[in-house]
Amino acid sequence: MGRALLTENILIPGIRDFDVYRAHGGYVSAEKALKEMTAADVCREVTKSGLRGRGGAGFPTGLKWSFLDRKTERPRYLVCNADESEPGTFKDRYLMEHLPHLLIEGLIISSFALGVRSCYIYVRGEFKYIIGILKRAIDEAYQHNFLGNNILGTGLSLDIFLHPGAGAYICGEETALLESLEGKRGNPRIKPPFPAFKGLYDCPTVVNNVETLAAVVPIIGMGGDAYAAIGVGKSTGTKLISACGNINKPGVYEIDFGLPVEDFIYSEQYCGGIRDGKMLKAVVPGGSSVPVLPAGLMLNTVKGEQRLMTYESMAEGGFETGTMLGSGGFIVFDEDACMVRNTWNFTCFYRHESCGQCSPCREGTAWMEPILKRIELGEGKSKEIDLLVSIAAKIEGNTICPFGDAAAWPVASAIRHFRDEFEFHIDHPEIVKNIEHGSIYKYPVSSIQHPASLR
Amino acid sequence: MRVTIDDITVDVEEGTTILTAARKIGGKIVPPAMCWYSKLKGSGGKCRTCLVKVAQSSAKDPRPMPKLVASCSTPVQDGMVVQNITSPEVLEARKAIVEFLLINHPLDCPVCDQAGECDLQDLSFLHGMVETRSEEPRREFPAIDIGDKIKLNMNRCILCYRCVFTADQITGKRVHGVLYRGDAPEISTYIQNVIDNDFSGNVIDVCPVGALTDRTFRFKSRVWFLNAMDAHRDCTHCGGKVTAWMYGNEIYRITGRKDKYGEVEEFICNECRFEKKNFSDWIIEGPRKISRESVISANHYEKLIKPSIIHPIEGTTEKQE
Amino acid sequence: MDGLINHRLYKKENKIVRFSEETLKRIAGIILHYPADRKKSALLPVLHIAQQELGGYLSVDVMDYVASLLEIQPVEVYEVATFYSMFHPEPVGKYLIEVCQTGPCALCGGEHILDHLENVLGITNGGTTSDGMFTLKTVECLGSCGTAPVMQINTEFYESMTKEKVESVIRELKEKDNQQFQETRWAELF
Repeated sequence: MGRALLTENILIPGIRDFDVYRAHGGYVSAEKALKEMTAADVCREVTKSGLRGRGGAGFPTGLKWSFLDRKTERPRYLVCNADESEPGTFKDRYLMEHLPHLLIEGLIISSFALGVRSCYIYVRGEFKYIIGILKRAIDEAYQHNFLGNNILGTGLSLDIFLHPGAGAYICGEETALLESLEGKRGNPRIKPPFPAFKGLYDCPTVVNNVETLAAVVPIIGMGGDAYAAIGVGKSTGTKLISACGNINKPGVYEIDFGLPVEDFIYSEQYCGGIRDGKMLKAVVPGGSSVPVLPAGLMLNTVKGEQRLMTYESMAEGGFETGTMLGSGGFIVFDEDACMVRNTWNFTCFYRHESCGQCSPCREGTAWMEPILKRIELGEGKSKEIDLLVSIAAKIEGNTICPFGDAAAWPVASAIRHFRDEFEFHIDHPEIVKNIEHGSIYKYPVSSIQHPASLR
Repeated sequence: MRVTIDDITVDVEEGTTILTAARKIGGKIVPPAMCWYSKLKGSGGKCRTCLVKVAQSSAKDPRPMPKLVASCSTPVQDGMVVQNITSPEVLEARKAIVEFLLINHPLDCPVCDQAGECDLQDLSFLHGMVETRSEEPRREFPAIDIGDKIKLNMNRCILCYRCVFTADQITGKRVHGVLYRGDAPEISTYIQNVIDNDFSGNVIDVCPVGALTDRTFRFKSRVWFLNAMDAHRDCTHCGGKVTAWMYGNEIYRITGRKDKYGEVEEFICNECRFEKKNFSDWIIEGPRKISRESVISANHYEKLIKPSIIHPIEGTTEKQE
Repeated sequence: MDGLINHRLYKKENKIVRFSEETLKRIAGIILHYPADRKKSALLPVLHIAQQELGGYLSVDVMDYVASLLEIQPVEVYEVATFYSMFHPEPVGKYLIEVCQTGPCALCGGEHILDHLENVLGITNGGTTSDGMFTLKTVECLGSCGTAPVMQINTEFYESMTKEKVESVIRELKEKDNQQFQETRWAELF
């Protein structure tokens, strides 16, 4: 049974409003931090909590905060990354839509800890209505003196501004986001220097994901140690998982780290099993950028242990037989899904969203896409499978930002685990011409290892 | 700070990049650079041809860096150990980058004015594959004139952004930039504005490929047929120090004085570049030193017949080679 | 996206474009969100407002006007406007229908929704109906994978789409033609 630290009150009617949020324990953590704690105390609690960045990379938040250049005279900035656009991920949208004040409270506490006086929330442009919701919540917070000058008489001042994106996945990368915030093209910056030293307007900057900042609220509320007691190993606390694809109950679920993947997929409390009673074929557990795993490897690691919803367990087996928790965009494929078509689909995404700044990514993503299209449509050649592996390997690790890796991994992993499907496409062009061919060729599915209990 | 690159150790100042340190050592261990330009602030990091392996991050932290890094934009640490040509991984990556840069390149060197002094040509010669593995159609753009002096062949562009930085930093008012994104970006003025500025001609010199070329020199001669001479004049706009590309006493074109890495020593003005083409405009200092590896130094001026008076007489054309 | 990418030539028509006084006041407020010497930061919000209030797309005249407001070079606006997929360099229909085509939506039938829209509207992906009412476009992930398939009409979400829902939405929009589509103003969001 998972506990809900972030989403406990999410279903209360009117929780979007300041008064209702406040009546249900809202802004208590902010008051506690501002009135009873020092900035260093807050940072210490966050470090103790073991909180890791919820945007995808899983970098320890306390450590990230500790890098912030505090010696300089220049202003420091906190930027909230609400440019959620990883395919399969919709947790931040859910959180902001229902609990805008939770994010604002998280921003207040974090700004206090970091000595920040201006925050920006960078919301992707497509979430226009979310901007409206946040705007209203920010106005309310100003009215109740949780924002503005001399907050609650503590002498602290803080402004939060909203900034819209305009349709660019790459702006979820923190330095691209900063460029975009400065009114430029969303080209990721070359690092070093890191944003902690030279970020927004060349000033020290921390960029955190929405869920990360929201998680600061319960951490201050319950204490870092209590938060760290939840979960397994270095995956502490709770995580929002956005489950989608061929499952009975798609949606955002808050889980304790350490929940077995099998329970997450099949229990009624979460995904509720595979839609229409079909079999599980594969899962992309952390948004489209992480390697895809076939059912057998998803449920159990190659050592035969149950795979858990933690950063470490997901990565068990490395790239050969493991994957990553990423942003928690849990995409489930049933037995009728065509992995080739899906891989092509993802490469279309990466081709479209590449910023085009560095050569491996610009040229590589645009090279893989038409090859996969040909294979999917039954016009591929068998040597092209190896060509794809080679291109993916040449993009990976050679780009400015992690986008190149994100574009290469889905292709490399799909071919690694579902090579027979790619070969099937090349050998049976007449079958794959049918758009529903995923449900026609059952042979690749049978080769997927299912745990006996699920057959 | 002490840094070791391909087993050669050099002392450099703090803040120096790996590439600059390598240039201090010189020779074959210098990573190639297609987008970084020492005189343009903010350039570099984009083309990825200068990737190197950091086998040891610093004396304090002897761990290797997990990924290859762009040597042009990574500052050295004391005790850093870098591998360039001694790392098979780096050479493999460089080969990959060259392949990526070429899959959309038209390979029209035979009709490109940049041939002979093209960084991409040199890079392909050193690291390129014999055949292409790509069967996809190449990106195509029509060639356009930006002003009466500069030709833009977007097909050849490798998107190094150098010309954008030049326009920003040298010309003050930028009218061109990189438009669109992903695999479809292009250098453009969007509404085909003319780039009109006293120093706009420098975009030709900084372009590592034949994307931006000098219209006043278009198809006039192959660069290796010409004699590169350092020359100067009193100029009210710039330092007036140029390289005059001559045939006999005739000046075919004027460029900035480029060093062995293809970088100009000083930016020059458009008047010097485009308008002063008379022998009498310049004080000739002497031959420009051109790298022995360059095709330009392989020429034989004395045996050549001036291109404008070539007659199709049997036998003569063979002798020229 | 495949094949030849033609060079696009845009013309400045020298039309006079201007925001209303009320909008200008709001833009002045947005500019205050950023440091005084960083007016350019307001570019994305101002372009959203410009696209919505000055003709539905970003013509060269509109972009030049935005550049003058923010005291930057016009090319800095062109660069940004062509980078982000929510900005349209050419006119689009009154209702811009954007259908998500990325993985999770495709798994749940997003491709069929697109097919059906093409049939219902009689246009292909990327096209605009002859009456200028509808433009149909595919987009990448809209961040609504739990309620796939999803589409947006002028940035309003339409989730868990079915063929029947597609038909009723289109029918409703056609009937409502004379009324104003309930759309939030970008200018009021900041």
